[in-house]
Amino acid sequence: MAGELELRLRDRLAKLRGLHLPGSSVSDEVRRIEEQIEVMETGDERSEDEIWHSVELARHPERPYTLDYIERLISDWVELHGDRARMDDPAIVSGLGSFAGRTVAVIGHQKGRGDAVKRVKRNFGMANPEGYRKAMRVMAIADRHGFPVITLLDTPGAYPGVAAEQHGQGGALAASQATMARLLVPTVACVIGEGGSGGAVAFALADRVLMQQHAIYSVISPEGCATILWRDAGQARKAAAAFKPDAAHCLELGVIDGIVPEPEGGAHTDFDNAAIMLGQSVRSALEELEQVDAEELRRRRRARFRSLGVVSS
Amino acid sequence: MASRIDVSIEHKHAPPDPGGPKKHPNTCPKCSSHYREDELIANLRVCAQCGYHFPVGALERIQQLLDSDSFIEEAKELRSADPLSFFDLRSYKERIAEAELKTGLGDALLMGQAKIEDQDCQVTVMDFSFMGGSMGSVVGEKFARACERAIERHVPLVSVNASGGARMQEGIFSLMQVPKTVCAVENMHDARVPFINVLTHPTTAGLLASFATLGDVTIAEPGTLMCFTGPRVVQQTVREDLPDDFGRAEANYRFGHLDAIVQRQELRAVLGKLLRLFNHGR
Repeated sequence: MAGELELRLRDRLAKLRGLHLPGSSVSDEVRRIEEQIEVMETGDERSEDEIWHSVELARHPERPYTLDYIERLISDWVELHGDRARMDDPAIVSGLGSFAGRTVAVIGHQKGRGDAVKRVKRNFGMANPEGYRKAMRVMAIADRHGFPVITLLDTPGAYPGVAAEQHGQGGALAASQATMARLLVPTVACVIGEGGSGGAVAFALADRVLMQQHAIYSVISPEGCATILWRDAGQARKAAAAFKPDAAHCLELGVIDGIVPEPEGGAHTDFDNAAIMLGQSVRSALEELEQVDAEELRRRRRARFRSLGVVSS
Repeated sequence: MASRIDVSIEHKHAPPDPGGPKKHPNTCPKCSSHYREDELIANLRVCAQCGYHFPVGALERIQQLLDSDSFIEEAKELRSADPLSFFDLRSYKERIAEAELKTGLGDALLMGQAKIEDQDCQVTVMDFSFMGGSMGSVVGEKFARACERAIERHVPLVSVNASGGARMQEGIFSLMQVPKTVCAVENMHDARVPFINVLTHPTTAGLLASFATLGDVTIAEPGTLMCFTGPRVVQQTVREDLPDDFGRAEANYRFGHLDAIVQRQELRAVLGKLLRLFNHGR
């Protein structure tokens, strides 16, 4: 397995080296892939137990959520509510604030913590189309005024409800990505818990995609996958080991650009330090991106996603 | 909290008609009229009695929609790799091989240049019978290349979709085809290349959350299921009866998510008209 991945990374490396594109993003990527190959040469394949440990930590009920990070990292925070058409979706938080000396827009999924009422109020972090439309509205403000956009991804998936479908869930998810693909400001996305399928990917089309050490990012939940493959949600552990939603694997595949470390034992053990580590990663990503011309930034963002996937001929 | 992402394989395992005995593929599930294969092909696989639209494979769709012999396939050599060495009940490689044999296609999407009513265009056509039309790296790559070819040739892109969503066997790479195809469409919009989406039964999940809802014009065939989450999963979540036309083209039209519902017999003429309009009447 590791051998095959390594071959593919080397192949990707060879292609990138042959590209001769101007600017530093390619050389950055070359450096990242070289680092990844180095890690793999040391034979660092994660076991089923380690992967499942990350799945459990990513969904830990005491894990810090978007607002916990905003409280610790963003000063002068002003939350902006409502999609200006139908409602305010509490499963998504968006607003403006000051981060490391600059105004930024922050958009993230929000889960409720504590009793059932609080968790239901946030709909377990599962947004309706109105939530994604609120986010697009805030992205437009950021674009107009030149504020970088930081997105924090933490959702089991977009909400599977009747009204959600009637109000165009699929179209809202696509439009949110299309909006991010058009932005002429630096964008950084970080998966801080569950990066669940379309609901998460709606905020993922960023210049830099990061993942916390114990976050997961996947096309389907382990239970969903197990139900489909073995007709038994109890096989989730086995399913997770098969499709590997962990950060190390996503980095190996080039789906994310970096892993944000967490405090020993997981982010829930120490919110403050988890926030400091997240803040450092986001800040250095932003500083790198702010050096690049806006049009060039957008071109590279699209080229980055364009390159994802493996085909043979 | 379990499965809420609809993926192709689910459709594959779902019993086709949970109520009654399994019907012959040429028997109309709505009115039970039965047709010979040649009758059905001649009527574009629409039931002459009740108007039910039977599924159409990619090759037959090309026959129906495009000017005869105008289709020149491109990127046909692309095949799925198996990035995760995925194995469920059978290996992914085996499933692919089986689908290739069954459909005679390399993957769930055909791409190439063509003409519709003498109008030049780039075309993508999907086939649901190839692993539920699921979108893996090959489908994403071919669609992105179609956008790039349309930009190069400066002709409109017509995309005929049929898909259950992401191809789970490719793990996170299948999810990444969603933003990848969105980026390809955005480049096309920037180049002012017209993009017409035709949704056929079913077009759900990952397709709907990516290029299938981003066309300049979006039309669907009658009865097309076009929802992000499938009815079964929604029903398990809300635990109440769903509206009869839940997620169907008719409901989506009512809620404003579709420009038009077009009968299959009219589809070629409507596409021809749209292409002429986008070509400024030339």
